[in-house]
This record gives sequence, C-alpha cells and structure tokens, in this order.
Amino acid sequence: MSKTAEQTPTEEMEHPVSPYLRMDRIPHIWCPTCGIGTVVRCYADALEHTGVDLDKLVIVSGIGCTGRVAGYMKLDAFHTTHGRAIPFATGLKLGRSELLVTVFSGDGDLVGIGGNHFIHAARRNIDMLVILVNNFIYGMTGGQNAPTTPTTARTSTMPFGNFERPFNLPHLAESCGATYVARWTSLHVRRLTKSFREAIDRKGFRFVEVISPCATLYARLNKLGTGFNLMRFYHDNAVIDHNADTRDLDINFQDKIICGKFVDKERPTYSEMMHEHYRKTLGDKFVPTPEEGGMIRDTEEKPVSKGKKPAKSRKSKASVSKSGKK
Amino acid sequence: MKTDPSGVLTGQHYLDGDHACGEGAMAAGCRFVAGYPITPSTEVVERISRRFPMMGGTFIQMEDEMASMAAIIGASWTGTKSMTVTSGPGFSLMMENIGLAAMMETPCVVVNVQRGGPSTGLPTMVGQSDMMQARWGSHGDYEIIALSPQSPQEAFDLMIDAFNLSEMYRVPVMFMTDECVGHMTEKVVIPKAEDIEIVPRKLTEKPPDKFWPYVTDKSMIPEFARAGDGYRFHTTGLTHNERGYPVMSAECQQECVTRLVDKIRHNAEDIIRFEEEDIDGADVVLVTYGITARVARRGIDIARRKGIKVGVIRLIVVWPFPERHIRELAPKIKAFVVPEINYGQIVLEVERCAAGQTRAVLVPHMGGSVHNPADIADAILEAAK
Ligand SMILES: Cc1ncc(C[n+]2csc(CCOP(=O)(O)OP(=O)(O)O)c2C)c(N)n1
Ligand code: SF4
Ligand SMILES: [Mg+2]
Repeated sequence: MSKTAEQTPTEEMEHPVSPYLRMDRIPHIWCPTCGIGTVVRCYADALEHTGVDLDKLVIVSGIGCTGRVAGYMKLDAFHTTHGRAIPFATGLKLGRSELLVTVFSGDGDLVGIGGNHFIHAARRNIDMLVILVNNFIYGMTGGQNAPTTPTTARTSTMPFGNFERPFNLPHLAESCGATYVARWTSLHVRRLTKSFREAIDRKGFRFVEVISPCATLYARLNKLGTGFNLMRFYHDNAVIDHNADTRDLDINFQDKIICGKFVDKERPTYSEMMHEHYRKTLGDKFVPTPEEGGMIRDTEEKPVSKGKKPAKSRKSKASVSKSGKK
Repeated sequence: MKTDPSGVLTGQHYLDGDHACGEGAMAAGCRFVAGYPITPSTEVVERISRRFPMMGGTFIQMEDEMASMAAIIGASWTGTKSMTVTSGPGFSLMMENIGLAAMMETPCVVVNVQRGGPSTGLPTMVGQSDMMQARWGSHGDYEIIALSPQSPQEAFDLMIDAFNLSEMYRVPVMFMTDECVGHMTEKVVIPKAEDIEIVPRKLTEKPPDKFWPYVTDKSMIPEFARAGDGYRFHTTGLTHNERGYPVMSAECQQECVTRLVDKIRHNAEDIIRFEEEDIDGADVVLVTYGITARVARRGIDIARRKGIKVGVIRLIVVWPFPERHIRELAPKIKAFVVPEINYGQIVLEVERCAAGQTRAVLVPHMGGSVHNPADIADAILEAAK
C-alpha cells in the first residue's frame, strides 16, 4: 500500500487514513461540504482499528454519489450497477466465504431500486455490512425524490414538496432480520467510527444508516444553507437513544433525528444455516464450498502436496501459497 | 486441465435437455449457481440444487433475475465458475447486468431455455425468439458468445464448451437452448472426468504492486485476480482504463469498447463452430440451429426426394456468426433457407452476410410448437426454382 502512496503527489501530506484510500484517485468527485467524505473517513478509521485482514475485505458499491465510495477505497473494490450491490456482494460472499464484505452505497441505490435485494439479504442474514448514506435525495442524478425524502421536503421531481411517506430504515432492517442496526449523522465522527468497528467484527446482515447532507441539491432546493450548516443541524438535532423502538424512528423534515445502536444480536447467517442443515440432512455426503472459494485448480500441474487425490486437494487451501501476498 | 471428478456423473443416462444442461455445468466445474424459477428452465437448477451440496457447490434461489445475474458476477470474481438459468422474461431482467459482466470481463454462463414471447407469451411452449436479444439485449456495444444445442446430449457437451469459452475470452456466454430440447428426454452419455478438458481461470502471476486488472497483450484478454488474494484491484461498469479506474473521455471509451468487441471479433474464426452437410454443388443451403435443425431433417429429406440438392449448415456457435463462410457460399447457391421459431432473426444475419449475392428465405414460426417439416420442404422447393 505504501507503494501507491509513494507514487502520488500527495506523498508528503500522508493523511492518517491514506493507506486505506486510493490516493492516486484524489481529488474525489464529491462537492465541497458533502457529507459522504466524513463517512468514508470514519470507515477508514474503523479499518485502521480492527484486526481484520484487509486482503480479505471487499467493498461493493452501486451507482450514485455514495456509489463512488468503492472506487476510493484501497481494497478489492467493485463499482457495480444501480441497486445491485447487495446481490453482487452476495455472490462474492457465497463464492468465497472467507471474504469480509462491505456494501457502501446511497439511499436511492439500496432501498429505492435495490430495495428488494435489501430486504431479502436481511431476511436471509447474508453476512455483510451495509453502510447506507442517507442524504434524503438522489444526488448523482440531480436531486430527484428518493424513498427516504421526508414529507414536504422539496426535490427536483417534487417541486411543490414531497407528499410521499419515506422509509424508516432501521425499522425496515430490523423487521427483515438484520443483526446489527445503527443510525448516526455524518458529524457523529467518533460514534460512527465505533459503530463501524463493532459492525465489522459482527456476523450477519449488519446495517448502519448515516444521515448526511447533500450540499448541492437537498440543501439548495430546500434553502438550508451550506452542506456544513446542514451537517451541524443534523448533528445538533440528533437525539441519542440506544433503546428506542425502531418503529419510532421516522424522520420528519428538519426535525429531530433519533440516533443510536438499536439492534445488536446474534442470529445464524445464511451460510451457517445452510451448512448446519446440510450436515443434518446429508451427513458425510455434504461437501461445503471451500472457504477460499469454489475455484477448481489444476492439481496435476501444481500438486498441493504429495499423495493427495485431486478431488480432495481441490478443497484444500491450494491457493494460499499462490495468493498469500501480503 | 482435467475437470474435478466430483461433478461428473459418468455413464449412460436417460435425461431431458434441462437436466443434461445442469449435468454439463457441473461437469464443467461450475460451483456457483444463482437463479429464479421460470418455466421451462427450472429443472436445470432443480437438478443442480440436489447435487451441488455433495460437490462443494453453492446454489441460491435469489429474489429475482437481476439479483441472480449480479450474484453470479460477484461469485465469478472469487474465481468460482458461475452460472444462472432462465427463460424469456427473466432473460430480459438480466440484461443490465449481462452488460456489466461484459464490461467487467467476467466469465460466466447464462442459460436461456427459450419459450414463446413477447412478454409472458407461451410459458410452457417452445420459441427461438431471443436470439437477437442474446446478442444485443444489453445497451451499448459489446460482444458475447452464444451456443445452441439440438439435443440433450449436446446440452451436456456444449455446456462444457460454454464454460471454457467464457474463461478463454472473459465474456458472458449465452446458452440458447429451447423448451423442446429442454423437455425432450434422450440418451446422454457422460464421459469420465479424465476425458473432460476444462479451461481454468487465467490467474495472474504478477505481484499485486505490478498488477493492473485490464492490461492486455496481443491476446486482448487481461489476466485475472480474484477477490481476496491481496491485489486490491478496482473494477467498474464505467468506462475504465487499464487500471480499472473510471475515465470519462472519448479516448478511453474508444480504447475500452474497441477491445471488448475486438477480443471476440478478432478471435471469431477460432470461436465459430458449425456442422456442414452436402454443401458442394448444393442448390439451396439450409441454415439452422437448435431444435429446428432436427425438425428440418424431414423437410430436407422430402426436398431431396424431389431432386433438390440441399446443403445444410447447422450453427452450434450462433454468435459470433460464420460471416465469411456465408459470404463465400452465397454466390454459388440459389438461396439460403432459414427456418426458425421466430418471425425472422438469424435470417437477417444470413441476409446481411450474403450481401445481395443470393436470397435468404425465412421459414417463420411464431412458436408454441416446432415447424411442420412440410413447410420447410415447401420453402426449399420454392427457393430452388
Ligand atoms: C438502472 C439505472 N437507473 C437509473 C440510473 C441513474 N441513477 C444514477 S445514480 C441514481 C440515484 C442515486 O441516488 P442515491 O443512491 O441516493 O445516491 P446519492 O447520489 O444520493 O449518493 C440514479 C437514479 C442508473 N444509473 N441506472
Ligand atoms: S450532489 Fe450532493 S450527494 Fe452528491 S457529491 Fe454533491 S453534495 Fe454530495
Ligand atoms: Mg441519496
């Protein structure tokens, strides 16, 4: 990682989280005072303080301003299609179960076009951390109405104010089965970072919603000042209540925002359920997909160890010797 | 390399085309399948979901076909051979992510057991009307490979080729079978694992600091790094440079798209596969594929008994299309006759390749059953006049 940092002109600055970022892609595309950057910073900070093997951590984004996050993280990173980050990540996780998967995307992406995937991944308890930056709007496309836009807020497609009812996302996530549910604003830097750290270490479908200002569109269309004014407003109007019932977490236009960690529980993941079930029903006949992936290797040319049958050695950690570049 | 024996059900079987297709995938080393039920394709995943737990494979029934397609791309980036299975309406839903697979250069196989369309059409009855969609269905310029089996045996055999081609060229391969082949039961011989050659993922041997995901040599096919091997690469559906980074410029678009297309076009002669019969001295040449190739046999016999010299080209790989071959043959014959269960798709390609040197006559059928062979015979007789 230091390699790339050396090649970039920002070398002397050495920002503390630069090892986690693709410094060769900075400057980023986000507007001044957009809240997405602080969320990324908190995530990178959380990585710095978790013990996870970053070579095994993959990040998947959909499309949108927040969808660009994967592109700035120095991890195996996938910038996919609008709404499909979660099913894409599902394939990665089930294909190679030792991967740690983070999905990082916007509200429109994850619960508008991708809403069906969100609820099903939570229901199945697919092992992934989903970070959703909720700016109450479709930022990338110019400020259209989102399924999270508070009632009465103005958007470019609700020029007379939104008359729809928005999602209460922590409630949605909890009812579908998420094992970890938290909400913060992008100025709750310390608490948000702590939530990310916790959530990275948990198992199952983990969901962190971050209320964040869209400076250029939401703030402007609603005459709410700069992104920084709005960031402050969200922070100052946050009410921290870890014990809140997620049914009570609706967000009204420019009103209080209940934040906290609402759910933190254990539930068997999709893979655990599958393995346990097949062990029970199939006994010794069950062969799980190897942790390091279902890739079939040429065991003839590159024997893993002598005396192993090809069929067996495929299930061994054959790739470790080849891929273990740290 | 030889395939993993745990997926190979060596022996003689009596299987329908859908089951044979599933067996072909497992024999080819496929170990991840995501799908959503749809007639007449569902038997493929039913077969796989029964057998996968015993061979280290994972099947997941996703919430829809967009999710299925996205999931197989994700799984393929772990190096696992991956596939999804569907029919018309589901194929339509997969299109956006088929484009993503093409753009990210992700090996994977999409099986379409074709039924009558458009829309919900004829869910339980045969069609061949997604042939152009297979090629053009996602937006933008890209190339894919499509195969079309005519029997359960071929559904097995060609599945192995489908996976191999997807690995060799890093493209999604469309397996364009149909309800009739899918539901027809015949003898299928599955060879021994040591007789099944499969193409492994072309993993890079470069160290991470020397690796960019879309650098290519003359082959135009980049080397692959799996997610989780420490490469920390970036890939995107946006127009990107060799590094996999988005670059929004006409120049980068030119380079990126040209290679995506040319890696197939320039290798087309190696990919194209068809069977020929009695081409020399033929008056009329039938161009046919899938189930219609078998139905046409009787039409050909009738026409031959009436003294017409009928040649046959049976397409096995439909895309890329044997353009040069058709063009060279065109001036030597009176007409091409193209029976297909649609209102004119592959016939357009034949006509284009014939380039005005001879006629291309469609024998259409809107679907719901196969052709009446007499109609094919009549078309041949008419074309030979
Ligand atoms: C299938 C499809 N439909 C529409 C779009 C256009 N589009 C791009 S981003 C976006 C909205 C993103 O909103 P959100 O997820 O909230 O992200 P933000 O930009 O607000 O961070 C839309 C509609 C697209 N890329 N793909
Ligand atoms: S448009 Fe809004 S969400 Fe997008 S970068 Fe600008 S401020 Fe951020
Ligand atoms: Mg948004």
